[in-house]
Amino acid sequence: MARLLRAVGPALILGIGGLVLWEVSFAILQPEGFVLPAPSEILAAFFENIDEIWAATKNTGYIVVTGLIGGVALGVFWALLVSRFRVANETLTPLSIALNAIPIIALAPIFNAWFGLLSPVSNQSIVVILVFFPVFINTTKGLTEVQPDEIELMRSYAASSWDVSRMVRIPNALPYFFTSLKIASSLAVIGAIVAEYFGGRQDALGPLIVQNAGLTRYADAWAAVLAGSLLGIVLYLLSGIFERASMPWEHAAETAGS
Amino acid sequence: MTDKPTCAVEVSQVTKVFNVGKPNQVKALDDINLTVSNGAFVSLIGPSGCGKSTLLRLIAALTHPTEGTVCVNDKSADQARLDRDYGMAFQTSALFKWRTITDNIELPLQLMGWSRSKRKERVVEMLDLVKLSEFGDHYPNELSGGMRQRVAIARALSFRPSLLLMDEPFGALDEMTREHMQTELLEIWNRTGKTVVFVTHSIPEAVFLSQRVIVMSPRPGRIASDISVDIGERVFETRESPEFFAKVTEVREALRFDHGADE
Repeated sequence: MARLLRAVGPALILGIGGLVLWEVSFAILQPEGFVLPAPSEILAAFFENIDEIWAATKNTGYIVVTGLIGGVALGVFWALLVSRFRVANETLTPLSIALNAIPIIALAPIFNAWFGLLSPVSNQSIVVILVFFPVFINTTKGLTEVQPDEIELMRSYAASSWDVSRMVRIPNALPYFFTSLKIASSLAVIGAIVAEYFGGRQDALGPLIVQNAGLTRYADAWAAVLAGSLLGIVLYLLSGIFERASMPWEHAAETAGS
Repeated sequence: MTDKPTCAVEVSQVTKVFNVGKPNQVKALDDINLTVSNGAFVSLIGPSGCGKSTLLRLIAALTHPTEGTVCVNDKSADQARLDRDYGMAFQTSALFKWRTITDNIELPLQLMGWSRSKRKERVVEMLDLVKLSEFGDHYPNELSGGMRQRVAIARALSFRPSLLLMDEPFGALDEMTREHMQTELLEIWNRTGKTVVFVTHSIPEAVFLSQRVIVMSPRPGRIASDISVDIGERVFETRESPEFFAKVTEVREALRFDHGADE
């Protein structure tokens, strides 16, 4: 407990201090509501509309999580192919880079035309494509950048290339993969909310922000943004928990070092 | 391996050229002939660029000669690799950080399809051999450099290969740890009777460990001299004896071929 407090303490103090400063300066300066509401107003709006926000977060969360899973699966699969087969590397890597160069969010209206304005597939596709690239690039790096000695050692045991993948490349890629998962989890939330501005279910966070901002209910709009942030934070923390659970050796080194 | 081969390693007329036909073509080894008899401890020594690591990798069949042949235990080096006739240890130790010490030592056994109970039994034996019995459940990051090298040696010996190939295994260790490891390696060698081919940069290390020191010259790599070291049993005082100094001097003199500007 003391260790946890020491770990999160400084950030907590900075965060609370910032909120207090924000609240106090707003009480003194009293700016117009459209600039930025005070934290207390946002919090009040958040709890006042908690039912609506919760339902919207669940709907957006569904798009985020399914899109994230799809994008991660695709990115990892693609990375395995590319690291395994030279032909795949020469064809798929430039293709992926070209794909990433497209302003993906700009595809949202086009996807709506393809899949139907209210279909979740359109928004899920946006998330999948957004998530795919960082996962693919990082995982490929992890699968290919293995210490030459480690590969030679495996060759000295006459290990098959599947054994090398299973026992060396994949574990070596884990830290790279989890770094990309953390980036991807934030990207997924951004992608889903922005995609929702253009279509999909109307009882989701994106439309909630658009509608409230349109009706000059800024505190309500900010409350929905807060919900989006919380969704992102939860996903980030979950990635961290998975990371720790799948790489016990990193944790062992930490405790030994202290 | 019921019939003991006469030669553990036989390198005949081997030439190794890298980047054949390209502008950066370089001859790493030129007309190398080397025979290592069964159970011997032989060191390869020479300055950077003399091809000693390349020679070791040729014996390991991790690379192939441009000309000439390499035999290990009376068969081709490739066949010996497929038969898992040798264990290898590197300067970096090349332990997998995601595997505990026990799991690292078990890795070759796992690849060779040993049963779980036989693996466990063997790991206990190996940990005992390298004096790391209490560290089986630790991860490599939690161990010192010397301990990691001991694990690498245990792993290389775990599947009972007849030949041990070592590429500057103590190169990254401090002097005290290094001397300690040398003594331990000799102890292991005496107990197990393996053939050892040991690549090093260090003259005293080569003299202390080996029965034979092969001195190599650079660009292209050639064998400059083959010095037998008959200074009796190695004990702590060996390093202070006149015979030891005489051999160190002999190897140092043999390494004086290069009066060039670079080194």
